[in-house]
Amino acid sequence: MGATLKDATAIAGIGQTPFAKRLQDSEKTLACRAIVAALDDAGIAASEVDAFASYTMEETDEVETAKAIGAGDVTFFSKVGYGGGGSCATVAHLAAAIATGQAHVGVAWRSRKRGSGPRPWKNTQVQLPTPGQWTRPFGLLRPADEIGMLARRYMHEYGATRDHLFNVALACRNRANQNPAAMMYDRPLTREMYMTARWISEPLCLFDNCLETDGALACVLVSAERARDCRHRPVYVHSAAQGLPAQHHGMVNYWNDDPLTGPAWTAARQLWKQADFGPQDVHVAQIYDAFTPLIPLSLEGYGFCGRGEGAAFTEGGALEIGGRLPLNTGGGGLSEAYVHGFNLITEGVKQLRGTSTAQVPGAATCLVTAGEGVPTSALLLRS
Amino acid sequence: MLLTPVVDDDGAPFWEYAARGELRVQSCADCDELRFPPRPCCPHCQSFATHWQKMSGRGRIWSYVVPHPPLLPAYADLPGYNAIVVELADAPRIRLVGNLVTAADAPLNSVAPDRLRIGAPVKAVFHTPPGGLTVPRWVLERP
Repeated sequence: MGATLKDATAIAGIGQTPFAKRLQDSEKTLACRAIVAALDDAGIAASEVDAFASYTMEETDEVETAKAIGAGDVTFFSKVGYGGGGSCATVAHLAAAIATGQAHVGVAWRSRKRGSGPRPWKNTQVQLPTPGQWTRPFGLLRPADEIGMLARRYMHEYGATRDHLFNVALACRNRANQNPAAMMYDRPLTREMYMTARWISEPLCLFDNCLETDGALACVLVSAERARDCRHRPVYVHSAAQGLPAQHHGMVNYWNDDPLTGPAWTAARQLWKQADFGPQDVHVAQIYDAFTPLIPLSLEGYGFCGRGEGAAFTEGGALEIGGRLPLNTGGGGLSEAYVHGFNLITEGVKQLRGTSTAQVPGAATCLVTAGEGVPTSALLLRS
Repeated sequence: MLLTPVVDDDGAPFWEYAARGELRVQSCADCDELRFPPRPCCPHCQSFATHWQKMSGRGRIWSYVVPHPPLLPAYADLPGYNAIVVELADAPRIRLVGNLVTAADAPLNSVAPDRLRIGAPVKAVFHTPPGGLTVPRWVLERP
């Protein structure tokens, strides 16, 4: 048995810009602001940064970013594919690099002007073979349509209802209403608003969809030993995993034996295998929420309940503070900001530092997940 | 204009057969396993030999959505259109995305959304837009 990632590294700093429908700064400027803020939070000089990790969809690259912030010689850099599926993997790749001595101070980041910039699905010039041939001509155009298709089948097979999806939207909105940085801070959500909202792709309505956000976030990863000398209580990367299941199709997982199990199941098996604790020991969860149905699917995938029980799990305030599993305590992609799930990582860190705006008392363990429905990744954090 | 299929090497035979009014699915010439979407080699036996099996064209609706704006303009002009996934009667693991229409050349929104049901039996028809590529569409077996 070689090196293990377990608790070998820790997130020592986090940083973020404001979140809004439209920000003036460029994506590059936003990236630099978030990274500089994260380094300041950690108390580490930019010249010490020698590793970078981000998403393949990230438009700001290592060369420009390193040059702008004044990084030193960089010896590790990595980009992870599949949109929001890559969020946790950016931290996982840095953890592996630092644990194996390839680098010492890593920065992971995501900067995106999805609020004021173009909607990716509107670009009909760039088409991957699968959507281009097998789905787009039939008007299955957007991520909401692709996930709506799985959601309808899920509701049919397991008796899930729109009320279950509302439970997810409401929990996220309630937390956003506690978080002054959230885009939906001053906008409460009611069941009536949800049930009368306009459709985006039936069975999904407006409130089943994440926000469109301009903003950037970053975190700084170092060895556990180094983290103990930094400004804040270390948040250890206890376990990390990626997941690409056999015969999986990103977003349009209609072409295998069991379309309602996805990458979460694969990532979860690896995640828990490496961990000292299980789902019942998770105090708070930050689960990728580009669309509400991803939550019941992920609850099942990560083992919080059985197959087909994810919707019922949301009943009785289970996802609220004080419930069985407080969810997306900054408001998540649905109600804080949608920056490909990076705000879920930073919110996990805030919970384990004890500084969340919706603090779960005594939270010491947190699950953070990346996009379900695409090749994904996940982290178990602990204080 | 509605989007036309962006055909790749692996998918080309599907569209060539569709132009002849045949619904065919790629299978392994050695172990006979069907696979979709088409790809260069068999995930079961790694053979690169393929043939295209003719399907009956019958299936059931596995799931569906009714997309609403914001949409691409050509689709926004067809309010209440549906996108469905059909599981094939001959091979239920093979599921095709398509549209439920009242007839091969009817508009994409020709079936009222409240007529859509998971499990409804459907059969393939073939639509060739002017100057475009033939695509399979689906009509209810019992309209």
